[in-house]
Amino acid sequence: MTDDPLDVAERWAREGRKVALATVVDTWGSAPRPVGSHLVIDGEGAFEGSVSGGCVEGAVIAEAVEIAAGAPPRLLEFGVADETAWEVGLSCGGTIRIYVEPLDVSAEAAA
Amino acid sequence: MRLSDLKAVNEARSRRRMCAVVTPLDGSPGRVVFAEDAATDPLANILAARFASAKSGREAEAGVFVRIHRPSPRLVIIGAVHVSQTLAPMAEAVGFEVTIVDPRGAFATEERFGAFNLIAEWPDEELLKLDRETAVTTLTHDPKIDDPALMAALKADCFYIGALGSRKTHAKRVDRMTAAGFGREAIDRIHAPIGLPIGAASPPEIAVSVLAEVIAALRGAETRVAPQRQAA
Repeated sequence: MTDDPLDVAERWAREGRKVALATVVDTWGSAPRPVGSHLVIDGEGAFEGSVSGGCVEGAVIAEAVEIAAGAPPRLLEFGVADETAWEVGLSCGGTIRIYVEPLDVSAEAAA
Repeated sequence: MRLSDLKAVNEARSRRRMCAVVTPLDGSPGRVVFAEDAATDPLANILAARFASAKSGREAEAGVFVRIHRPSPRLVIIGAVHVSQTLAPMAEAVGFEVTIVDPRGAFATEERFGAFNLIAEWPDEELLKLDRETAVTTLTHDPKIDDPALMAALKADCFYIGALGSRKTHAKRVDRMTAAGFGREAIDRIHAPIGLPIGAASPPEIAVSVLAEVIAALRGAETRVAPQRQAA
């Protein structure tokens, strides 16, 4: 079994778990994981992959659990200019933007 | 992301097909676009550039994020030689799918290469199934074995092609490739002598210099060698 985040997301969905997908969509300055990196999270907070090498995963997972449960997608930003970023600790000094969206399992998604 | 799109992406990845996931950042549904269908997509220009560079990124004007899924890189090592015994496990650790090819049964033994995908046959085009996401290193010093693999690699536009051997050996190789109908530009794509100049002395050290050069080509980094195809 692979631990590639997108394979894991598909497997979890097959098992009937609620899943959210977090993706690094922007980075400025020194960022630990490149644009396109994925983190998948299930409704219980289990996760696979990484979007920052550990610094902001906790905050992303907290948001993602709500989004997996039905909250709308969100664009999160973490950076040194942001006080919360200090709290969650992007210690490398970069800024990253992470898009968190639900995995839509309804056969016919509304346009 | 729709589950059906996720399945399509995962299948494309397992089949080594390049694709893009276009995700609008306003929460509306995204879509999967295969490289060969990019020209007819509403975002054709954006996607053409993204596929060419193989880089994911946000497109502020279009309000989308484009995630390019590129097949995982492969490394085909021609020659089950001493250098390969270090090169294969290192390349695997870095994330390459490794195949070792050597028609000489005495070299291509499981005892020397353990669980690696080892093929004791002549490396022709049919056998190698090369693509642009593959690096080919020829390490046998034997033109009968190395040359067919180099020619197959040039035809397949492999992202890295390297050949072990001195400058003198390479000059003769250039003559043979020219006689076989390859032009100067194609032949210049062969890294020879192979590897970054780190003063490697032992076979394992040569393996390090070869793998470093392969990674530089994969990531589009500048090295002292001839320019590679567009930066990855």
